[in-house]
Amino acid sequence: MEGRLLSLILLTPLAGVLLLLLTPGGNRRLIKLMANLAGVAGFLVTIPLMMNFKAGTRGYQFTERLPWIPSLGVEYALGVDGISLLLVALTALAGALAILCSWGAVEERLKEFYALLLLQQAGMMGVFLATDFFLFYFCWELVLIPMYFIIGMWGGERRLYAAIKFVLYTVLGSVLMLLGILALYWQHFQQTGIYSFDIVKLMQVTLPPGTEHWIFWAFFIGFAIKVPMFPFHTWLPDAHVEAPTAGSVILAAVLLKMGTYGFVRFSLPLLPNASADRTVVRVIAVLSLIAILYGALVSLMQKDWKRLVAYSSVSHMGFCTLGIFALNHAGIAGSALQQVNHGISTSMLFLLVGIIYERRHTREIAQYGGLAHAMPGFAKVFAFAVFSSAGLPLLNGFIGEFTILQGVFAANRTWAAFAVMGVVLGAAYLLWLYQRTMLGAVTREENRGVADLTPREWLTFLPLMAWALWIGLYPKPFFDVLDAPVRAILERVAVR
Amino acid sequence: MTAFYTGTDHFAVLPALLLALFGCAVLLFEFVLPVGMASRRALAALTLAGEGFTAYSLYRQHSYLSSQGWPALTAFQGAVTIDGLALAFNWMFLAAAGLAALISYRYLETEGEHSGEYYGLLLFAQFGMFFLASGTDLIVQFTGLETMALSFYVLVGFLRGRRRSNEAALKYFVLGVLSSGLILYGFSVLYGISGSTKLSAVAGAVAGRGAGDPLIWLAVATLGAGLFFKIAAAPFHMWAPDAYDGGPTPVVAYLSVASKAAAFVLLLRLFLGPLAAAREAWQGLTVMVALASLAVGTIAALSQDNVKRLLAYSSIAHGGYVLLGLVAGNARGLQGIVVYLLTYVFMNTGAFLVLVLLRRGEAEGNHIDDLSGLMRRSPAAAVLMLLFLLSLGGLPPSSGFIAKYYIFLALVESGHYALAAVGAIFAAAGLYYYFRLVKTMFGGRELAGEPLAASMGTRVAMVSTAVVTLGLGLYPEPLLQLALLPVKP
Repeated sequence: MEGRLLSLILLTPLAGVLLLLLTPGGNRRLIKLMANLAGVAGFLVTIPLMMNFKAGTRGYQFTERLPWIPSLGVEYALGVDGISLLLVALTALAGALAILCSWGAVEERLKEFYALLLLQQAGMMGVFLATDFFLFYFCWELVLIPMYFIIGMWGGERRLYAAIKFVLYTVLGSVLMLLGILALYWQHFQQTGIYSFDIVKLMQVTLPPGTEHWIFWAFFIGFAIKVPMFPFHTWLPDAHVEAPTAGSVILAAVLLKMGTYGFVRFSLPLLPNASADRTVVRVIAVLSLIAILYGALVSLMQKDWKRLVAYSSVSHMGFCTLGIFALNHAGIAGSALQQVNHGISTSMLFLLVGIIYERRHTREIAQYGGLAHAMPGFAKVFAFAVFSSAGLPLLNGFIGEFTILQGVFAANRTWAAFAVMGVVLGAAYLLWLYQRTMLGAVTREENRGVADLTPREWLTFLPLMAWALWIGLYPKPFFDVLDAPVRAILERVAVR
Repeated sequence: MTAFYTGTDHFAVLPALLLALFGCAVLLFEFVLPVGMASRRALAALTLAGEGFTAYSLYRQHSYLSSQGWPALTAFQGAVTIDGLALAFNWMFLAAAGLAALISYRYLETEGEHSGEYYGLLLFAQFGMFFLASGTDLIVQFTGLETMALSFYVLVGFLRGRRRSNEAALKYFVLGVLSSGLILYGFSVLYGISGSTKLSAVAGAVAGRGAGDPLIWLAVATLGAGLFFKIAAAPFHMWAPDAYDGGPTPVVAYLSVASKAAAFVLLLRLFLGPLAAAREAWQGLTVMVALASLAVGTIAALSQDNVKRLLAYSSIAHGGYVLLGLVAGNARGLQGIVVYLLTYVFMNTGAFLVLVLLRRGEAEGNHIDDLSGLMRRSPAAAVLMLLFLLSLGGLPPSSGFIAKYYIFLALVESGHYALAAVGAIFAAAGLYYYFRLVKTMFGGRELAGEPLAASMGTRVAMVSTAVVTLGLGLYPEPLLQLALLPVKP
């Protein structure tokens, strides 16, 4: 089992799908139990990975390699390094929580719902574990279909529109990315005579500058749509708002990270010259800054609670891309950590919106006010989530944003100045949201008797809060884990 | 003087002989057997038995060639050639015909048009296709083409009581005859410049004249126009939506995959055979037709409410992708064509199969609303349709992804980056109309009415198309090995 740990992590959710399909359809409670069991199992199998992972070691650990399509040189190759380790942990946790939070929220076609969530989780794990570019792409596309159905069948009123928009945007990006992958693969074959999608082998290709730029932009489209970077972000608010809570949590916590992960894992090490090109860096930095500021300003204007959180993702993911293209240690490490932070804090925010929506069936901010009176527990968790997301010291968001800003400052002071404005605006829209919904007198009768968090709901928040505190108080283990892979990337991308 | 009918000749054309034999037997038994359901069943079984024997004779050819290291086996003084290309396509035709025979029984019973001719024509069409794949003589190829086409004209109009079926058959016939005439004209030019009907002899004459020669140009233009008609590539696609819409659904499934593949193999035999030397003469034309097919197929399919018409336009777009494989012009492109057409047999037949299921009693099952709420009514059918649509859209984990992948890879390898990008964008756009169907199946209002019942044959066909479509998506190696056949020495 030791040698096949990553396969176990990848296959546990799929085993959960099978288990669910074999569960008799009539017993709703049993289905929910089975789904939660699969979710928790999916998280538990990642624990040995965390325990045995050796920080500071170069290259991939726990590698596995089996031939898959020999005539194309495609392998079933898995491996983790520090960057993917954190995202695997995040995926496992978010997957389990997404299942747990749906206990009361989803009552229709339970089996299909949970099966799709688990299928999705397997796909996302595959994205982060794959060290074969083909396998990565395969899993990248595999994630799409379950999310289409989760949004399209269990979503809000405009769910079908949002779902198809999500699919078309993502596929358009990913097919162009596929062409980039194929071009790289073909260049590798021409230079070495070997067909391979192994990302370590592909790093040995020396590309002509023109080709490298084309491939970079092909990758960029695929990853930027997923992040989403401005101006490719328009699918995100629709998808987030229409998706059921579990879908929003997965989207925000994990799916968006696939884009930033793609930049760190593929664009930078495989295409170092194009990635460090001054024009390229400038374009991406400007787009990131626009995303940070524009996302924050749009969040300020939102009347819909969930839409506000959705736009805040655009702003926060802008920090991640900006950090990556600062192209220094602090920027990339901070960005990798901030991906996890964003996953934690935004999951909490979406879970909270989901809970209040279940109770009051509205997401309009103006409908609320003074909720803290009726729901003291909810208000405490919400405050925690807001502080975490806004980057208050002692919590996770602060560490991530601070490190990114440190890196960005070293790269370019003007960018840092603009990015800091984003931090200020972030605090503004989040605190204003908190004030409008939680504080003050109760303005509406309906808000007086709203039930507080149930123990099950507390259970979904506790692991996230614990993790946020851990990162906020003692981030050293996380930076230790990230150090070696970030160094490896920087060795390939020299700032020029 | 060579012997007239040698053992090699016999071995080479045995699959076709078996098809003809069983086709005639079906017609004969129709007269002999009493009228009734049991006899109709016997006829269907006889057809399937014929396919079984044909499969065995193809298998023998396959194992013989593979044991000999893939030489091209020529028979009838070079008029017929059994090589990797012929075998790969004959396997394709066999699969398409077998699936069509399996799904026809219930459909014809519902329509009340069940008779032996139907199965006979099915087999005769495949007989014609055999000679399209293995003929290396202009006369043999033309005879094969006409045998196939004539069978299909009748099959498309098989629902005699339906005006739409008759209209479809007439349109298909008129345009089909025109395209056959064009092809024949091209053949006459090739014969004129070479004085021979053998492709090998034609090749020498074409190479001697070069691509700039006006006669070569005339041959390419007429052959191209005729074959693009048969493939249903834009702007020669006008017959396809009407023929697909009006024809009996199992026939349309067969027509859309097998007849298209047969026309493609003729195109390959000619353009990569004698006309390979005149590549400049047809490359530009093929690029334009491929792009036009992608555009017309994708854009027109967006607004179709009739699922059969939608699949017709999607089929035009798929033809565009296959043509891009020809444009790439490398070994990978040829493999891509085989991979694409082979997966297309299964995924497209699968999609039509679900439409056959929906055809019960009064419900025609062609309108997009007939799919409404299918997930609640018949989850199995809905999930299978989803699989086929994803495959047609080219998303993993289905075999359709591998097919598109190969075409894109071929284009990248041959340096056609811009074409690859256009193809990729159309692939993404195409998802919109496939997902329209998905949306209706999974989101739409549930229709009243009895649950769908599948006959034994339909079930077998459903399972096999689904297993192949998903299986080759997850583990495509066998498919890729088969696609290597045409490029073996």
